[in-house]
Amino acid sequence: MFAPRLNRWLTALAALLLASALLFPLWSVSLIAPQYPEGLGMYIWAHTVTGVGANDLQNINGLNHYIGMQTIVPDAIPELAIMRPGILAMSALGLLVAALGRRRLLQAWALALVAAALVGLVDFWKWEYDYGHHLDLEHAPIKVPGMSYQPPLIGSKQLLNFTATSLPATGGVLAIAAVVLAAGAAVLGGGATQPTPSRRAPEPRAARMSDDAPVLTHR
Amino acid sequence: MSVTRRTGWFLAAASVVATVAYGFACAPASKQAAGTIGAADAASKVYVAPGQKDEFYAFLSGGFSGQVGVYGLPSGRLLKIVPVFSQFPENGYGYSEETKPMLETSFGNIPWDDLHHTALSQTNGEDDGRWLFVNANNTPRIGRVNLATFETEEILQIPNSGGNHGSPFITSNTEYTIASTRFSLPIPQADVPIADYKKAFKGTISFVKASEPGKMDVAFQLLVPGYDYDLARAGKGPSKDWMFFTSYNSEQAYEKLEVNASKADKDFIAAVNWKSLEACATAGKGELWPANYAHNVMDEFTRVATTEFKKQVRVLTPASCPNSIYFLPTPKSPHGADVDPSGEYIVAGGKLATVIPVHSFAKIQKAIADKAFETAVDGIPVLKYDAILAGEVKDPGLGPLHTEFDGKGYAYTSLFISSEVVKWKLGTWEIVDRAPTYYSIGHLMIPGGATTKPSGKYLVAMNKITKDRYLPTGPELAQSAQLYDISGEKMKLLLDFPTVGEPHYANAILASKVQAIQKKFYSIADNKHPMATKSEPETGVSRSGKVVHVRMTAIRSHFSPDNIEGVQVGDTVLFHITNLEQDWDIPHGFAIQGATNAELLIMPGETRTLKWVPKALGVYPMYCTDFCSALHQEMQGYVRVSPVGSSVPLMANTVKAQGQAARAEKFKH
Repeated sequence: MFAPRLNRWLTALAALLLASALLFPLWSVSLIAPQYPEGLGMYIWAHTVTGVGANDLQNINGLNHYIGMQTIVPDAIPELAIMRPGILAMSALGLLVAALGRRRLLQAWALALVAAALVGLVDFWKWEYDYGHHLDLEHAPIKVPGMSYQPPLIGSKQLLNFTATSLPATGGVLAIAAVVLAAGAAVLGGGATQPTPSRRAPEPRAARMSDDAPVLTHR
Repeated sequence: MSVTRRTGWFLAAASVVATVAYGFACAPASKQAAGTIGAADAASKVYVAPGQKDEFYAFLSGGFSGQVGVYGLPSGRLLKIVPVFSQFPENGYGYSEETKPMLETSFGNIPWDDLHHTALSQTNGEDDGRWLFVNANNTPRIGRVNLATFETEEILQIPNSGGNHGSPFITSNTEYTIASTRFSLPIPQADVPIADYKKAFKGTISFVKASEPGKMDVAFQLLVPGYDYDLARAGKGPSKDWMFFTSYNSEQAYEKLEVNASKADKDFIAAVNWKSLEACATAGKGELWPANYAHNVMDEFTRVATTEFKKQVRVLTPASCPNSIYFLPTPKSPHGADVDPSGEYIVAGGKLATVIPVHSFAKIQKAIADKAFETAVDGIPVLKYDAILAGEVKDPGLGPLHTEFDGKGYAYTSLFISSEVVKWKLGTWEIVDRAPTYYSIGHLMIPGGATTKPSGKYLVAMNKITKDRYLPTGPELAQSAQLYDISGEKMKLLLDFPTVGEPHYANAILASKVQAIQKKFYSIADNKHPMATKSEPETGVSRSGKVVHVRMTAIRSHFSPDNIEGVQVGDTVLFHITNLEQDWDIPHGFAIQGATNAELLIMPGETRTLKWVPKALGVYPMYCTDFCSALHQEMQGYVRVSPVGSSVPLMANTVKAQGQAARAEKFKH
């Protein structure tokens, strides 16, 4: 079965949006405290973690040592090494799916994308859990019984004197949009549009397959 | 008895009536002295709410404190003290090994001076907010404060000078800052009888290159008659190639000046064409004289100051560079020579004069062209007073000193003896307002008042005497400034605020110009200090003969190392401490018991060195002095000092098993 023209465009768009997410940070975690009115912040990219300000990451690590949190060392997070090639591969696959126009392929790709996104979020949450809970209490100057320091996945949380706010950043919004588009294209299947009576003669393959997809033209 | 009671009632009633009557008669007069407004109204004009910022930075000279006080206007809140010519134990300036050379002179290391005047750098006649120049009166020097860091970064000694009072006034594109001699001297110095003053004593007017940081230099000096040179101002607009210097003691008295230097009817303003002098110097005119004067520069990247002694200076004379200096006769020991924003009027403040004379630049040019000379002194033409006078402000009050401008056509002159500010109109010379000051005003200042674009909103009076204005503090009372609102027709007193040292002159600038260039910390990556330690694993101790070098780091909330052993009595221990922080407002301090100098305040990314010579064996504590964090009190350590020849090995517990660097290593794999 073939996807209609609009869905193929949507698929291509989703693939491109996905790739463009690499140009921006995926997630942001900002920290505000009385003595940091200007705030500290981190950006989580597909391939690294950076500070919002020039030295924010260093300063966040410096503050985290009080509670015995592990130092955030981007090179020590293996996912950051594979996420960028993974996204690029998914993006390339998406373009291929759009070019081939096979509906089954589109559905498979979209499903894989949704699954990857969920895995990514769960993994991110696990890292947050790990940083927030696995504290070096032997050397931590500040120990608050029962306190853990896991920032939320989305939203705000008070962690001692800091309000931590975690939100998708530009890249995250683009990636989410890509997933939603891909899923939409796959789920909506055919009927979103009228079959466009081509102004030009249909390509041979499309013409051949059009018999197989009467439902697309009748919905 | 009844008589007594009646008398009592009568007295009570009478006193009530008297009090009420007195209150009615006198309350308005005593509460509302001339030039003041209602307290609530004034308070609201200077009130800067918590969290809000002032509109202007004001830099008030600290006089005999050798420092600069930085205040916010209109609140009058003290923001910072910048040490320039004086050691400052509060942050180790002049005590740390890196900053000691800033106070070097040909006389040795001098830990104090008398800082009189300020001058902000200018571009096209406007304050640009890059640097503040200040003068040292006693041992002639000019300092440059970087307004990105509020630190003194350069000091140049002035050779052939006694009493650098007429300084550091600046030309309209910061080409030159100037230094002129208050005390004439035998130049070059010589062993001569003081009675030979007239014959042997001279003054100098020096032009110091100012436009490039780290490259201040006496470009040329002009040898002038042995008067006392006082204040100066550069021209602007049409007069921008000129500089105007007041002088007194044209009588050339050398004793009892109070009487002997006040005899002449007129003294002189020296009008100097610095462009012409510059051309003469470039052409190699005059002579190179041997000299010995210090040039101290704080390197931007090592943050270590070094001293270079300069060995010669170019000296010009009026004869070797003709048409470069003229004398303008000016009544009675003038103090200020202030140029209005248009550059046309030069206002003199004759301390003992009964008028404020105003010279016209256009008329000066014409008088020079017409050779309208009264006489000549040492080959310097003296222009005819009537030929150059634009007008006189009559009956201004007593002791006119210094004038600034509001950019709206008015001038404001301080009057020391009658203790007031008088406002008058340029062109008509009529007095339009006067306001008392409390008491004995010296200089006054309007933000941008010395530039082509004054901001005529506030005026600050700097007073010499405060008597009953503040809670008394023993024989020495608070020095003080007063803030006036000059936005309307009448001056209104808004605020008194105490100041550091004795402010002579000041500058103020729109805060946004200085805020925009603020440095928040020094980049550790750019730290080129030879003993910089950029991570904890690099810290340690080493010995070279009797000198022990401690390479130490500070980061919240520990030093690395924090225990040192193997130091011996009489060793010279140099603590080279690098602050590893890269965050705003996180300096660390360092102090150790028995250090005979001061503490260190180390800015983020900076390295500073404290010298310590332990005199007796024992264990000595050291600690962070700047409350840096919740565990600041824990930021401490010990140095064990053993007898000379002890076998205790030199060691330090460089922090390897804790701290974030170590943790980073641990979690990497």
